[in-house]
Amino acid sequence: MSHHTDHRAATKSGIDPHELGHILPFVVYKRTFIILVVLTIVTVVAAELNISKYSAALAMAIALGIASVKAFLVATNFMHLKYENPVTWLYAGFPLVLLAILIGLLFIDNPFRVDPLPGLEAQRVIRPGVVAQELVAEAEAKAAH
Amino acid sequence: MNSHVSSEAQPGQIGPPIAHHMDPVTAYHAAKLGMWLFLATEILLFGGMFAAYALYHWMYFEEFHNASRQLNPIIGGFNTVVLLFSSFTAALAVDAAQHGRNDKVVKNLLITIVCALIFLVVKYFEWSAKAEHGLFPGTSHDGIAFNSPEFITMYASFFGLYYCLTGLHGIHVVAGMCLLIWVMQKARKNRFSQDYYTPVEIGALYWHLVDLIWIYLFPLLYLVG
Repeated sequence: MSHHTDHRAATKSGIDPHELGHILPFVVYKRTFIILVVLTIVTVVAAELNISKYSAALAMAIALGIASVKAFLVATNFMHLKYENPVTWLYAGFPLVLLAILIGLLFIDNPFRVDPLPGLEAQRVIRPGVVAQELVAEAEAKAAH
Repeated sequence: MNSHVSSEAQPGQIGPPIAHHMDPVTAYHAAKLGMWLFLATEILLFGGMFAAYALYHWMYFEEFHNASRQLNPIIGGFNTVVLLFSSFTAALAVDAAQHGRNDKVVKNLLITIVCALIFLVVKYFEWSAKAEHGLFPGTSHDGIAFNSPEFITMYASFFGLYYCLTGLHGIHVVAGMCLLIWVMQKARKNRFSQDYYTPVEIGALYWHLVDLIWIYLFPLLYLVG
């Protein structure tokens, strides 16, 4: 059998396989995998640098940034998202928008709440700035009555 | 019944399933879009827990750093590479199916499933190691019980989140394994061809999602300390 097969003749159902999924060359998969492993090593090394001692935000940004690059590579190359239509991109991307809203609103709401882990705040101040010891002392005083 | 797995590109013995309401090409794209919709719900499922993690990490920064130091990043890193490799072989399985090579589909799916098993075994050893140090629900160490007030002072809610996140992820790994075993059985019967490989593709999509979730779990849980 020759390598160059006429697809229409080969498939009994008469479908042109090019109308189905996009076929990527093997090297794309191999290269993507190697980059993913390298990025994993980079993440671990970056964590060892202990940047969080100087700036917690920077350490988290680096870790999540690298993770997002890895996720992007898996989604576009392994999951073929690069070759999908815009509707599929919408389906894939919309949950991320929702999550951004969820996490954003949580971070905005939280500073105005008190003592989510009972007992802990009696011993320290909640970031970013609500002092709970007095509230806990008050609650305990009320309970004692 | 032909049980010989095909090593030559040959047309599927049955071809795409007959659906009277849509042609096979539309059916393929509809199935893929439906799968992406399901993956979106899975992202929201884990996203909810990631949101809880994000908030508590922000609020209890020191405690989360103390707790994360109890985890071993080398083991976590090994598990990450195992899952990345399994994602690679799952993508190769789809590629093989696109070329009508059922034998390669079986081979690559088998490797994917074995990697999943390795991941679960490593996870089991991680969890049981935690039990010895009183870091597992129901255990205690040096008189400090899991999630007792003293425990919470040290670690806040990190370990509750750790077990829920990795546990839910582990359940998805098991579900993915079952799914891929089912697809592999179809491939062993030469079910797939250049014009029909939908189950391979959507099974692989699910597996890639499982990998994606772990890609985020690894730095957030293991590399914080």
